[in-house]
Amino acid sequence: MTNWEPILLANVNRPNSEKIETYMRYGGYEALRKALKMTPDQVTAEVKLSELRGRGGAGFPTGVKWGFMPKDAPVKYLAVNTDEGEPGTFKDRLIVERDPHTILEGVIIAAYAIGAHRAFVYIRGEFFLGVKRWIKAISDAYQKGFLGKNILGSGFDLDVSVHRGAGAYICGEETAMIESLEGKRGVPRKKPPFPAQKGLLGQPTIVQNCETLANVPHIILRGGRWYASIGTEKSRGMKIFCVSGNVNSPGNFELPLGTPLKEIIYEHAGGVRRGRDIKAIIPGGSSTPFLTAEKINTPMGFETLQAAGSALGTGAIIVMDETTDMVEVVRHVTRFYVHESCGYCFPCRIGGKRMLSSLEKLAGGKGSMRDIEDLEYVAKGMYGRTFCPLGTGMAEPVLSALRLFRPEFEKKTTKN
Amino acid sequence: MKVTINGKRCETPAGKTILQAAQANGIYIPTLCYLEKIGALAKCRACAVEVKGNPNLLTACNTPVTEGMEIFTDSDRAVAAQRYVVDLALSSGNHDCMICEKSGDCELQDAAYFLKFEDKDFRRGNYPTDIDDSSPFIRVDHNRCIMCGRCVEACNRIVVNGVIKIINRGFDSRIGFDCDDPMGESSCVQCGECTQVCPVGALTNKKSIGKARVWEVEKVRTTCPYCGVGCQQELHVKNGRIVKVTSAEDGSPNKGRLCVKGRYGYDFIYSEDRLTTPLIREKKGEFREASWDEALDLVAKKFKDIIKKHGPDAIAGVSCARSNNEDSYQMQKLFRSVLKTNNIDHCART
Repeated sequence: MTNWEPILLANVNRPNSEKIETYMRYGGYEALRKALKMTPDQVTAEVKLSELRGRGGAGFPTGVKWGFMPKDAPVKYLAVNTDEGEPGTFKDRLIVERDPHTILEGVIIAAYAIGAHRAFVYIRGEFFLGVKRWIKAISDAYQKGFLGKNILGSGFDLDVSVHRGAGAYICGEETAMIESLEGKRGVPRKKPPFPAQKGLLGQPTIVQNCETLANVPHIILRGGRWYASIGTEKSRGMKIFCVSGNVNSPGNFELPLGTPLKEIIYEHAGGVRRGRDIKAIIPGGSSTPFLTAEKINTPMGFETLQAAGSALGTGAIIVMDETTDMVEVVRHVTRFYVHESCGYCFPCRIGGKRMLSSLEKLAGGKGSMRDIEDLEYVAKGMYGRTFCPLGTGMAEPVLSALRLFRPEFEKKTTKN
Repeated sequence: MKVTINGKRCETPAGKTILQAAQANGIYIPTLCYLEKIGALAKCRACAVEVKGNPNLLTACNTPVTEGMEIFTDSDRAVAAQRYVVDLALSSGNHDCMICEKSGDCELQDAAYFLKFEDKDFRRGNYPTDIDDSSPFIRVDHNRCIMCGRCVEACNRIVVNGVIKIINRGFDSRIGFDCDDPMGESSCVQCGECTQVCPVGALTNKKSIGKARVWEVEKVRTTCPYCGVGCQQELHVKNGRIVKVTSAEDGSPNKGRLCVKGRYGYDFIYSEDRLTTPLIREKKGEFREASWDEALDLVAKKFKDIIKKHGPDAIAGVSCARSNNEDSYQMQKLFRSVLKTNNIDHCART
């Protein structure tokens, strides 16, 4: 078993872990002191050196994103995405509730690097405890002088506020989140312009997942080179994997990227319940394609999972054992996406509903081969053709299930 | 800027989109949500085209052309993607052209016909009728609505009435008025802009229903008679009778907009009570028909009498709001220099 000293989850199991005193006792806000002595460009360079990639699902290189920020813009914003909604994912929630300061320190350093004096935290509305802890963390940070005017005598100002979402999965998409932050209907925006050019209130904005930002203090403290020494060639650093499904001990496990799927499931998550075999694994949240048990040795990295036919996504591993009804799984997942589709573009709005009606017929034992054909036709047409990635994420599990488990679908059809 | 579309060389100004370049060169690309005055919403995804060197299909409505771009609107992949969207749209509502007011002028019908749809190609939707007939002039048929979003943009951005919005989410999303009130009970002012931009038969002019098919009418361009703004409108005339009024998109000053009176208030011209000649009141209190000359002579004579007896300030003029600037100017000139009084005003102020 790979034994790694955790960095993101180092504090979560300490008593009173959410308190600023606890955080500071174990070296909290030291990275901020160090960062403020560096120039913003040096901070960005250090993050670039670490090769940190976004943990929200898309895996975009963080330092590169910061570099897109126009230097001469008078007003810039940082928006922190804590609208964790991908089914199977529960990593952000843990950090927000148990160790909000590790994110907040990352927020301040990131804002300093990109030159933003205003940061917004967009948090999932259902995270009731998380919201409370964020607000407390922010007010404590103001009192200690880590936020507000002239932070730690550096001349850098930053204000942070919290905005609660109203329960829409699509608001985890960065442009829909910006719309929602502006008080509008949560619908994605046309890209380009990208948020770094024209984002919140028309100003250059960086949107960053909170797990990504939680890595930043450690990169500053120990150096980008140290961080880049963890993980695989294209996936550097530590990652929280959320393991759920038919395993003995589900939970969050912080491990280096590139840890094999097998090790995570069998050694960290205690193996499959009742010693059963694995039928399918979702490696990165429900919008990533299924993997079969043969792919169990795949290292959990961006490039390795892509080669295996799936994606790292949010790192949410859902394990399904041999007794699982795959048609039912796909129906369930699709129902979620149909419910969460914003309804903006035609393929996602209508195609999703049409896939769901085929799947409901199949799962209810009333489907025919024509339903499987229509399901495949609709999913293929939707793939890559929707306004935002939600539609493609809805088509992925359907297409991969049809590719890997087609006989199960066929078995469900009635004769004729 | 030189581009080729389906192998044909085309010239197009820089800054145009693929769709604009194609339209300018007479090439049709199916669209369901695009309208020039609203801009590219990229909602319907029907305008899929293939561009050489790009592995993905692009939406023509919001992709700018670049020098030397090779565009294919009729490749197998592009057509399959276009058909896919039209298929979905057809399956998601009651698209029964035979009884639809919009038949012949419907963008969904045009796209389906262009893409050679036959009945077996798509799953017909079967939805219960969901009509909102509460508004006096506009019928809303929710199950003919394809949720293109044009009416929402038009109501909020073009006429800035802010009544129409999208209610609910995903497949259940639909257009709603204010807080999802019936249209007739909402703050809607019945300007009818939404009926003008609707690509299908979801928002139709109630007064025109069943009056004429689009190919039976003659369109007559005219100026709205109601006020001095002078909006340009099109009268849809069948057998010498107006069956519908729409606005002229290319005409100033309204640029496609009309108000409730201009769009729906055309019944008066067929009224039995309408005055067609001047009338002079006899001593007994009854009216008799007269010629313009006789009537105007009588008015002039009475004016002169009053001025002689009480002075020019005993007369006042109120100019009609229907008159244009030039006529109003003439009116005040008449009162100030001929009748010698400053008692002149306009009905919009009185």
